[in-house]
Amino acid sequence: MEPVKIKLDKSNQLLTDLMPKRFNASGKLWVGFLLVICVIGFYAYIRQLQKGLVVTDMRDFTSWGIYISNFVFFVAISLVGSLVSAILKLTNVKWRTPLVRISEIIAVAAILFAAIIIIVDMGRPERFWHLFAYGRIQSPILWDVIVITTYLVVSCLLLYIPLLPDIAICRDLTPASSKFKKWFYTFLAMNWKGTAQQYTVVHKCINVLAVLVVPLALGIHTVTSWLFATTYRAGWDSSNFGPYFVAGAFQAGCGGVLAVTYVLRNHYSLKKYITEKHFDNMAKLLVLLSLIYLYFNINEYLVPGYKMKTVDGEHLKSLFSGHYAPLFWSVQIFGMILPIIILLFKKGRAPLPVFIVSIMVVIGAWFKRFLIVVPTLLHPFIPIQNVPKSWHTYMPTWEEWAITSASLAGALLVITIFVRLFPIISIWEMTEEQTAPPQTNEQTNLYEAQA
Amino acid sequence: MDSKDNELNDSRRDFLRKGLVATAAVATGLGLMETACKETKPKTGETVKLLSPDGKIVEVDSSMINPAIPDSLLSKHNVREGVPGKKFVMVIDLSRCKNAGKCKSACSKMHYLPQERSYIKINKMQDSDKASPYWMPTPCFHCDNPPCVKVCPVGATFKLTDGIVGIDNERCIGCRFCMVACPYSARVFNWDTEYQLNITQMNEIKPHAACSTHVTGTVEKCDFCPTNTAKDELPDCVQACPNGVFYFGDEVEDVVSNGDETVRLSQLLKDKSGYRYLEDLGTKPRVYYLPPVNRQFPFKDVEEKDAEGQSSHDSGH
Repeated sequence: MEPVKIKLDKSNQLLTDLMPKRFNASGKLWVGFLLVICVIGFYAYIRQLQKGLVVTDMRDFTSWGIYISNFVFFVAISLVGSLVSAILKLTNVKWRTPLVRISEIIAVAAILFAAIIIIVDMGRPERFWHLFAYGRIQSPILWDVIVITTYLVVSCLLLYIPLLPDIAICRDLTPASSKFKKWFYTFLAMNWKGTAQQYTVVHKCINVLAVLVVPLALGIHTVTSWLFATTYRAGWDSSNFGPYFVAGAFQAGCGGVLAVTYVLRNHYSLKKYITEKHFDNMAKLLVLLSLIYLYFNINEYLVPGYKMKTVDGEHLKSLFSGHYAPLFWSVQIFGMILPIIILLFKKGRAPLPVFIVSIMVVIGAWFKRFLIVVPTLLHPFIPIQNVPKSWHTYMPTWEEWAITSASLAGALLVITIFVRLFPIISIWEMTEEQTAPPQTNEQTNLYEAQA
Repeated sequence: MDSKDNELNDSRRDFLRKGLVATAAVATGLGLMETACKETKPKTGETVKLLSPDGKIVEVDSSMINPAIPDSLLSKHNVREGVPGKKFVMVIDLSRCKNAGKCKSACSKMHYLPQERSYIKINKMQDSDKASPYWMPTPCFHCDNPPCVKVCPVGATFKLTDGIVGIDNERCIGCRFCMVACPYSARVFNWDTEYQLNITQMNEIKPHAACSTHVTGTVEKCDFCPTNTAKDELPDCVQACPNGVFYFGDEVEDVVSNGDETVRLSQLLKDKSGYRYLEDLGTKPRVYYLPPVNRQFPFKDVEEKDAEGQSSHDSGH
């Protein structure tokens, strides 16, 4: 493998554009805002530890609430890492390069906070170690623990290994006077010298991990769906759940990476590297993923809707025309159907409309997971009776909202800090592309077209 | 000389900085731990007279009393051990139930539950529009193919040789997967650190070997009263029912009793067409029902009251 030669001086435009910059006023405001949310959520969690889960609105019937739907949401978003790093790589999509690291840090942050929010949901979190000491392999929760841990490790590797050459650049550009910074980058760079052999190792690792992460990604969300599908409940007892959840995850993750990319592109002036064509292409991908998700939604609702079995029917009625109808139809329209329509038009695939649509997709995805978890629990086989009136509905308390918001803020904070510390677009991969011999025929490289 | 001074200053500054950060971290940690462990109960204004160890009568605010279940009343039986040689089974005769509710009160007392909570529930059921409604008591069915046992990630719930599905509250991590897996809504969760009974409720309970410890953040359910069955006695709900609704017994011996009548299990199920609720789910419950025909009492609907005595809607559809 040819080592990539990167000039470490001011003449290198890539370095000026892509090296991490200090936070400006709005950056500091953003970090402060996220920290405030995290602190409030942390205080709410202390209350939950003191008083028990009674501080939530979960009770015997709605025994799972927004902590679990938030968990499913995080697992869904984290699939984007495998989508961009692996699937777009294995299908030889050349324009993916500037988006890879953004997707991977979103994936790592999301799956990390999925694990955290699950511990928050436990009635006895200090007994977490029981999962390892007394774990039963017959339980879908154990399958989830195994695949999620494996995916976290593989995603961290997919983030870190391609980051090594860039950490070395940071190390080399940090003056000796900034002692901590120098130590930090030197420690993480793991003695990277940029030799041909080292580049070969990196490329081989990325190739292997890219292949490995795809079945893992399918695995985490399928196994998560089985937390619901292995029960008898109306709305959950469906053999369609695995592919339904995976399709939804790719769609939500694609929306997520588009939203984050737009913000980073504007804030750090990356328009030269993340072009309008990137948004155009990713928007087309989002349309495809939304259409696939629409297909699975139709399967999931039309089939039991045709039969209207007793409890199934009650559950579907509450979604289509009952208590949850406004939320259900908003989610389907704003989270799935409108995005498809808007993004089918060329004007709709410009960066700003794509950003707005991607926000709609992500918010729709969060509430969709809520609609998957809670309405089913309100329709058990034996009708709910002889319990306090409040047990017939579920409205999360301020503690639940605070803790859930803190988990979302925490994930965004991880991404923000990463962007502050490391180049969010891979400098060495961009250099490699720009110095590569010209391709024949097709414009697989968007930068050659622009040059 | 100068540079060495500067170096010393730097390292001193460094040390002070690190020390300050470490102290702040420790202080924050300690402060958080304190708030997390502190339990503050508001004074109720009610006082209770107690006898102090040196023979004096003292009055304390009732909030100071921690009505934990007295150790002497708790049974020390091993939850993971069944009664050998037996396979417990229950038959509930729906033609006799009139929602007297004595089974619920007996269960509450036996398990030191708050009055409105019991592991057995009485549900108003109506199988179809043209059939008439009836009352259906539902304890845990202790299924032979239990979905709750299958999904537990830590083995906190398990099937015993005597047919009972048990819970180990020391093992349970509170994930509540078993609660969503149970199609019969048999399981309840201990949501509250304040789950304990108040002192008045404690005084009303007759002392006997209570079966359940209540651990906040774990799951609980009907356990077929193992301290009774170990002594060849019937569970408290069976004993308390004034109308002979519950039969309880041993499948191996093929006999069940409701306290008054003792009958052959297989004969009872054959004669009165015993069935199991939601049989087609394949859970194989150990509780059979006798259909509500030739009713002893006409169905009388009760205005449903919730725990606070407020009337609530029938169901949440």
